[in-house]
Amino acid sequence: MIEVQNLTKAYGPVTAVDHVSFTVNKGEILGFLGPNGAGKTTTMRILTGFMPATSGTARIAGFDVFQDSMEVRRHIGYLPETPPLYPDMTVEAYLDFVLRIKNVPAEKRRDRITDALEKTNLTDKRTQLIKRLSRGYKQRVGLAQALVHDPGVIILDEPTVGLDPKQIIEVRHLIKNLAGNHTIILSTHILPEVSMTCDRVVIINKGKIAAVDTPQNLTAQLKGGQKIHIDVQAPEKPLRELLAQIPGASRAEVSTARADGHVTATVEASPGKDIRSQIAAKIVERGWPLYELHGISLSLEDIFLELTTDEEAHAQPAN
Amino acid sequence: MRSLYAIYRKEMGHYFVSPIAYVVVSLFLLLSGFFFRLHLNDAIEQSLQAEMQGMRFGMQQPFDAPTWILRAFLGLLALVILFFLPMLTMGVYAEERKRGTIELLMTSPIREIHIVLGKFFASLTLFGAMLLPTAGYVFYVFLHSDPAPPLRIVFAGYLGVLLFGGSLLALGSFLSSLTENQIIAAALTFGAFLLLWAIDFGSRGTGSITGQVVQYLSVINHFDDFTRGIIDTSGVVYYVSFIVLFIFLTVRSVDSMRWRRA
Repeated sequence: MIEVQNLTKAYGPVTAVDHVSFTVNKGEILGFLGPNGAGKTTTMRILTGFMPATSGTARIAGFDVFQDSMEVRRHIGYLPETPPLYPDMTVEAYLDFVLRIKNVPAEKRRDRITDALEKTNLTDKRTQLIKRLSRGYKQRVGLAQALVHDPGVIILDEPTVGLDPKQIIEVRHLIKNLAGNHTIILSTHILPEVSMTCDRVVIINKGKIAAVDTPQNLTAQLKGGQKIHIDVQAPEKPLRELLAQIPGASRAEVSTARADGHVTATVEASPGKDIRSQIAAKIVERGWPLYELHGISLSLEDIFLELTTDEEAHAQPAN
Repeated sequence: MRSLYAIYRKEMGHYFVSPIAYVVVSLFLLLSGFFFRLHLNDAIEQSLQAEMQGMRFGMQQPFDAPTWILRAFLGLLALVILFFLPMLTMGVYAEERKRGTIELLMTSPIREIHIVLGKFFASLTLFGAMLLPTAGYVFYVFLHSDPAPPLRIVFAGYLGVLLFGGSLLALGSFLSSLTENQIIAAALTFGAFLLLWAIDFGSRGTGSITGQVVQYLSVINHFDDFTRGIIDTSGVVYYVSFIVLFIFLTVRSVDSMRWRRA
């Protein structure tokens, strides 16, 4: 549905997007993950036909975003970072206007509006002026705007920003429900959002793609270097020595003993080795009461940090 | 065409739902009414003077008060709109840019020319709505004059005001598309209007080639003919090409927003 090849966008000497390539299949939700200024918004703006790329190609539903821009625009719904709202309009009039400029025939407009209002839970706000709505509702009107004309591709730039936790869950739910019928690209810098909603993740940093995979695979990728958390009632120093002797344990951090004699430790295993049973056996051998022992799998968060650290003060293009 | 109408409709809604239209139109009517009253007084004084001079020096050219009032009033309208039209155009693009709604328009299947024309016709309609009530004054003049002044002064005059105002609207819209700050847009527009209005002040009667060129460029010069009841082709061509030029430039400017770093 969406094919992006070697997409590059340079603002003068600054390269905001640097040879980015990825594809999105029909009905898939692709998450665009990256720190602020990584080039997410720029990539999305190119896809929507808002701005041209410096080089490379992008095709949506088989149409080139630059050559057949009008065709592409018919197929997409787009929610920019700040929802493009007219504060003086009512929610209903606004959606009607959006349908008109999207060339939706008059007889279909009523149903489309009703449908979009229902999906975004705005039915009871339909006659309200947009300027009277709260931030969360405005965001939802923006979302309604992106899907009101039933486009094949929906591009959402930080769709949950500014919402309260309950609304965030609602919006994620809504996005998940839209998948299947719609192909969705969403950008975010919030990690749980990606693992919860997306089928695949593109991690982008400084304009370059750092990784493309499913959230599960990305998490699994780094599982090799597993960390193990232990809570044991034992003297500090002997424990440290014991842990150091275990083959396959690359590094161990032991906390100082608490008043009740508990010590917590984090052991890092060398990749590919599971040393949990060995640790348990050794501790029990000494007769120390073992309260807790579990592996910490690296979350997306760790992967993300690993892939995108060494953030310099170097000015990044504003998004 | 449908999208052009969608933009037009949206702009009209914006003018009339927000207080813009009401504030601008009512202030405009207040001022033009005030000046009309002053002109009436002037006309009475002048006709008295003409009568007295006629008695003193024998038969003179009779003072045609109705025509004089109409011409003065039309000239006055042209002056007053210099101050009011920047308020109508300052926000047309600057506001869309500031709110980010331009991104919605430009990622919708709609051409820039439709956006620009839709907005231009909306501002022109509001301008027309602003002028319409002033027909009351004209009617008043007709009601109290015998014989009635020639109708062509009214038609040509209002056509002139509309063309002159249309030119200002096209220019103002273009300047609004250059910035996302409404105050800057308004200041630029107002400055440009005054400059175009006064550009030939220094070259009147010099007769040099440059002087003639500068006089041709002055927006108000072509207007005078219209108030005499003459529809001069060169004047119509001047205003229409002025409007077309700035609509074209606005389209280019809107299109260039894609290339600029936002």
